[in-house]
Amino acid sequence: MQDYIVAAVITSLIAFFVVFGMTPTLIKRLAKKNWTVKDVNRIGGAMIPRPGGPVILAGIILGEISLYFLLPADSIITKGITALVVTTSLAFVVGFIDDRRVMGGWFKPLALAGASIPVILLGAYEPNLAFPLFGTVKIPALYLGVIIFMIPITGNTINSIDVMNGIASCFMVIASFSLAIALFVLQNYSVAIMTLPLAFASLAFYKYHKFPSRIFPGDSGALTLGAAYGVIAIVGHVEVIAAIALLPAVINSFLFLSSVKRIVEHRHVKGPTTHTEDHKIAASKELDAPVTLVRLLVANKPLTEKEVGFAIFRLAIFSGILAIITAFIAGVQLWPSQ
Amino acid sequence: MAKSIIYIFIGIMWSLILAGGGILVVLVSKISIQGYGDELDFLIASGIKAIIAIVLVVLWVLVLLKLKNKIFQKQMKF
Repeated sequence: MQDYIVAAVITSLIAFFVVFGMTPTLIKRLAKKNWTVKDVNRIGGAMIPRPGGPVILAGIILGEISLYFLLPADSIITKGITALVVTTSLAFVVGFIDDRRVMGGWFKPLALAGASIPVILLGAYEPNLAFPLFGTVKIPALYLGVIIFMIPITGNTINSIDVMNGIASCFMVIASFSLAIALFVLQNYSVAIMTLPLAFASLAFYKYHKFPSRIFPGDSGALTLGAAYGVIAIVGHVEVIAAIALLPAVINSFLFLSSVKRIVEHRHVKGPTTHTEDHKIAASKELDAPVTLVRLLVANKPLTEKEVGFAIFRLAIFSGILAIITAFIAGVQLWPSQ
Repeated sequence: MAKSIIYIFIGIMWSLILAGGGILVVLVSKISIQGYGDELDFLIASGIKAIIAIVLVVLWVLVLLKLKNKIFQKQMKF
């Protein structure tokens, strides 16, 4: 047990301080290269450096590699960490391409499906889906599909919630800590510790991403966070619990897709929100503007960007609590599983 | 009001996930095929389970769409 505690502390510190220490340098370099985008919600529209993906990836990868050496040798750890590092790096590349050159709506889902292949090739999964209260169901044919869909879904879900200052990074802090707690509850300690670099890298990035942002994660950052989360869900065999912790972001994607009715890059549709004279966020009155979580939150009355962020964080905490409750009831079985 | 409705919607989604999982385990995990040889039996059973699971997911999304329209009816009149 002592090995696990030492590994958890060291890997968390590495992930946190790599991101915390490297981000100011990245901000300066990006600003120097003029890799900046306009913050449309800021009064005056400040230019913000983007993408922060490289430091997020560095924090997660260095944290995971340190775990590889710190945890007792085990095939789950070896395969899991390798799958996590390779798939997350591929997702970063996909996001980085999209950061530099805006691709079509189908590019990211298809490329992320490709990024999930290392998980299958390394065999870092069990072909069972575990459902709380009812047990597990063995569906080998479908499970490969679950893996191929899981990474694009988690990647794009986090990307789609990256709408305002600090939201994507803090949302990932809440979701990944909830997932880590759920894994501890399920006594899956190795994978719980594998979640910590993701949680602490997100926390360190939030320091610079929170309102008013000094850097944006970009697609490379959001897809890196989402893909890492998806791989942990698969390796830890907690796909359902991981999906529950992401529910506010899932609802956001669900509302968007059901109103737009096609897979499309968000830059290519009308804005779901607008600004009031006092620069609060208000719901767009355009009938064909997509419905999103933020548009619903400001439907009754306009809110400041900070208030919208806190409303989403409260929803994330609520889902995180539901995910942890789900982990607790996973031990109770009402029905004998196969 | 809009915010509390989103919490309710998350709660409903959570219940639907648990219920859908229950249906999958109770109905789908029991399916087994015999008479085509061990390997083929396993593949056919796995394929049937996969198809039923996909149909269940589609139904789940349709139920959610109906619920969304009902729950957010007032909020979506922008």
